[in-house]
Amino acid sequence: MAFQVEFVSPEAILYSGEGTQVIARTRGGGEIAFLAGHEPFIGSLTTSEVRVTESGGNVQSFCVRGGFVSVSGTKVTVLSDQAVASSSLDRDEVMAELAAAEAALAANADDQFAAQDKAWADLRLAILSGSNASAAH
Amino acid sequence: MPGGAERTLRRRIGSVSNTKKITRAMELIAATRVARAQQRARAARPYSEQLTGVIENLAAGGASVDHPLLRQVENAQKVAFVVCAGDRGLAGPFNAAVIRSAEREIQALRNDGGDYVLITVGKKVADYFRFRGFEISESFAGFTDNPSYEDARAVARKVRDLFDSGDVDQVELVYTEFVSIGTQRPVVRRFLPLEDTSTMADAGGGDAEALASYDFEPSPEGVLEDLLPRYVEARLFAALLDSAASEHANRQRAMKAATDNAEELIIKLAREMNRARQASITTEIMEIVAGAESLGDDKGGSGLIELQLAETESV
Repeated sequence: MAFQVEFVSPEAILYSGEGTQVIARTRGGGEIAFLAGHEPFIGSLTTSEVRVTESGGNVQSFCVRGGFVSVSGTKVTVLSDQAVASSSLDRDEVMAELAAAEAALAANADDQFAAQDKAWADLRLAILSGSNASAAH
Repeated sequence: MPGGAERTLRRRIGSVSNTKKITRAMELIAATRVARAQQRARAARPYSEQLTGVIENLAAGGASVDHPLLRQVENAQKVAFVVCAGDRGLAGPFNAAVIRSAEREIQALRNDGGDYVLITVGKKVADYFRFRGFEISESFAGFTDNPSYEDARAVARKVRDLFDSGDVDQVELVYTEFVSIGTQRPVVRRFLPLEDTSTMADAGGGDAEALASYDFEPSPEGVLEDLLPRYVEARLFAALLDSAASEHANRQRAMKAATDNAEELIIKLAREMNRARQASITTEIMEIVAGAESLGDDKGGSGLIELQLAETESV
């Protein structure tokens, strides 16, 4: 059974479609999969990948930098101030951000914002390598 | 000299019509930007609505947390003001109205013995307060006509640093609320501490009771802790977007008024110029008539010259 899936960022609605399964990673709870009719749920997300299985069977992957997932019987909404579709990632851009974050960390190891930036860049790099690898198989 | 006046007027008409062209162009640009700014404000709404929705559910679930952002202080002595207006002028009363409200608030606070911390958004605001000798803690500029979420986050981070560290007890946000295309008004809103969650949920106007049975992960308190900073950013972002739309609407109105005034001025000046030209022609004729008459007196009244004069005048 399909339900409505929406990715909402502060500036726009990034994605809206029908899906049969959403997999996300919540803070403290590990990976959690939502199917139709899941009981109402609100979770705080880690910087991680969110996968949506569309009604047609396609799997859409998104990278989110924290945020929330809100599930009601008929709808899954992902709220994130930074989210990007894995298919539109740009390796050069991510590498540049990673370098900047690492430089900031080298200057000040306690810089929380730089640490978050690095985690965000690491995630996207891992997804980039992962999706390339799966394409090769 | 009469010919000189005509020339001066012609030059002024030229410069006024150039000004009119510029103000007309600015009016049209502002008109398209208002539309775009409104569009962006609309696009930003789902996110803040959803956030408020989560808060509603949390409030209904009975989550309460002792979060720094909710720390209420009786009788705040140290208040931060975030004053948002524009980088550029030529927008009617837009900048002045916000600055006036902010200054009034600051004076009132000082009269009560409080102290202020000033954060300015927009070049015009910073210029004014610096000129008047106010102490500015931090000023942001360069994005007021098209703010991004990143800009809002930068301002929010600064505000939260001040508040979290206990440097200020309260934060007020002064900006222009975009009511409609015809109405924008400067407002002073309490920004921090946030009202407690049930008040926020009520303000959101949602029907929380029907949705009360949510599961929370890691816990209601944990979700709220992640959520509040984002709520602060989203509220600031909404204010910046409102302010940007208001700036463009004000500029459009101001430039329309300027274009209309220029048009009126051109008509008035053209009329004056025609009068000056006519006056100079009349004066010349009078001079010739006077000359002819004095000649005629000498020669004993021949009608010949007068006849020629009459012909020139009718041409």
